[in-house]
Amino acid sequence: MSEKVLMKGNEAIAEAAIRAGCRHYFGYPITPQTEVAAYMAKVMPKIGGTFLQAESEIAAINMVYGVASCGLRVMTSSSSPGISLKGEGLSYLAGADLPALVVNVQRGGPGLGGIQPSQSDYFQATRGGGHGDYHMIVLAPASVQEMAELTVRGFELADKYRMTAMILADGTMGQMMEPVSLDFNVAPVPEKPWATTGTKMAREHNIINSLYLKPDELERGNFARYEKYAEVEANEARYEEYLTDDADIIIAAFGIAARVSRNAVNEARKQGIKVGLIRPITLWPFPKAPFKMAADHAKAFISVELSMGQMIEDVKLATECRVPVTLCNRAGGMIPSPAEVLAAIKKISEGGND
Amino acid sequence: MAKLTFKTDNCKGCGLCVEACPKHILRLAQEKINKKGHHPAELADESACIGCATCALMCPDCIIKVER
Amino acid sequence: MVVFDRPHAMLDVPLHYCPGCTHGIIHRLVAEAIDELGIEGKTIGIAPVGCSVMAYDYFACDMIEAAHGRAPAVATGVKRADPENHIVFTYQGDGDLASIGMAETVHAAARNENITVIFINNAIYGMTGGQMAPTSLPGQVTQTSPYGRDPKLCGYPIKVFEMLSELEGPEYLERVTVNNAKNVRAAKKAIKKAFQNQIDGKGFSLIEVLSSCPTNWGMTPSAALKWIDEKMIPYYPLGVYKDRSAEKEAAK
Repeated sequence: MSEKVLMKGNEAIAEAAIRAGCRHYFGYPITPQTEVAAYMAKVMPKIGGTFLQAESEIAAINMVYGVASCGLRVMTSSSSPGISLKGEGLSYLAGADLPALVVNVQRGGPGLGGIQPSQSDYFQATRGGGHGDYHMIVLAPASVQEMAELTVRGFELADKYRMTAMILADGTMGQMMEPVSLDFNVAPVPEKPWATTGTKMAREHNIINSLYLKPDELERGNFARYEKYAEVEANEARYEEYLTDDADIIIAAFGIAARVSRNAVNEARKQGIKVGLIRPITLWPFPKAPFKMAADHAKAFISVELSMGQMIEDVKLATECRVPVTLCNRAGGMIPSPAEVLAAIKKISEGGND
Repeated sequence: MAKLTFKTDNCKGCGLCVEACPKHILRLAQEKINKKGHHPAELADESACIGCATCALMCPDCIIKVER
Repeated sequence: MVVFDRPHAMLDVPLHYCPGCTHGIIHRLVAEAIDELGIEGKTIGIAPVGCSVMAYDYFACDMIEAAHGRAPAVATGVKRADPENHIVFTYQGDGDLASIGMAETVHAAARNENITVIFINNAIYGMTGGQMAPTSLPGQVTQTSPYGRDPKLCGYPIKVFEMLSELEGPEYLERVTVNNAKNVRAAKKAIKKAFQNQIDGKGFSLIEVLSSCPTNWGMTPSAALKWIDEKMIPYYPLGVYKDRSAEKEAAK
């Protein structure tokens, strides 16, 4: 077991990114993720890296686009309103098949919303966020250790599939401190013969582009991209199951909601209620398999979310609506308490679904 | 002795070379139509060309090669 | 002896621009500068949305297509990916650089980002069919100012250099045009200097090229070049607006 250090979630992301070989960070201040930028500002100059505070989130994501075009590991981080501004860039990154890591430490919305934790950007993250047909790989950490590990994994997956990977965290994950092991095995960066690094007069020019005016050509690109997405869905879905084998009630929750739910599961088990937890670690691809299997024996599902109910739609799709799925939620920066989740469990176990 | 070579099929008949020629010896060939459907530029009087390349300098489509 | 031919950095393919559009001349000048400085193998060009969005098909160096207005930010990333070995230029229109991308332009200039920006000012949005641009002249008729640009309704044109030259950041700002052979030669010199500055590590160089749009101005190519002389140059005077190295030299 390697030595552990006590870190904030946001700092763990920054340190893990550096250990994954990221030497370019571009950002714009926004609460509650600014520690990522502050950490990068301190460390990057000392290791020959680039930290640049951009003039806007829009500029930051386009700087990311530039470095990604050159084939290097690059990232930006922001929080919900800032991610909306990056939406254009996310679509362009997808259209040009560029690998990059984007961190969203979510806060409550819509609009300027608040600065307290939220999970209400689930749709935005898993359905795209920008225009056009595309996906990002969306990773949902539930501990500071995972903030670090999934950052490394995000860079690896981004490179492997030439996609944007997004860390979808929340304000709690960003701000909480926990011991972290930073001893990672990082997969080597693959060759990127497509990168625009200068022809050296030794090859044809490379072009990074998302413009295809001929519709049949654009269609071919979309189909090819979705074949790649199918491969990601087949290979990269990740989740954690807790006490699901004999469970009558299954809770679906990610991130901070999963931590709260786990406490509620333990308490419910003490009271003799057979309840388990499925925690998606990848939100896209959504881990459909464990939900489908659990729907064979569970009588009900509860989606616990810090939103008005977004992941619940994926739970319903994964369970093919064979079992009732209810929502236990808080919104606007509020977090459901273990007692609230327990109450939701008890309500169902005592017979009411509505 | 100067020699002009025109990549005639890429000519759009804009006439900027004709206008620029200090010797007034370029013209748009009214009796010819190129692949793009334009009357392409051509040299009317080869012997009078001084090879100054002003035409090439003003050609937006980079179709004129000048040799001297 | 060949005294004039297509530069190597410009690919031998037909350009999609309208007849008489001066984009082609400016493309060639950029390519000539790249050739003469021997930097094609390390140059990366960035063309955002506008008539020149497909410039990636015309330059032999590596090329990136960018979102509308964002080229200076993308260029910042490309340059910082390998500052020693990347020569980076953007090629942007007036709507791109002076309207939607104004923030990116100003901040890249303020940072003295070591890149070369080629700014095509033809006082109109060409690609979308001739709408009012941030640089459209007062009274100019466009599709979205059908009664002529009325400054009371839609403000005054933006004089980019008159703004940027107040910043400490930028190294070199020069406004040129390509409406006759003499001006084309001067434009070439300015563009080459803008690349040389980058090679020398001097920083942000922006060349504004007053350009024509015969199609959307509703003129013949030749009349359009005269319009630059008569209407555009009086509003946007040619010349060097900032040359920090020259200023330093003069102060010695």
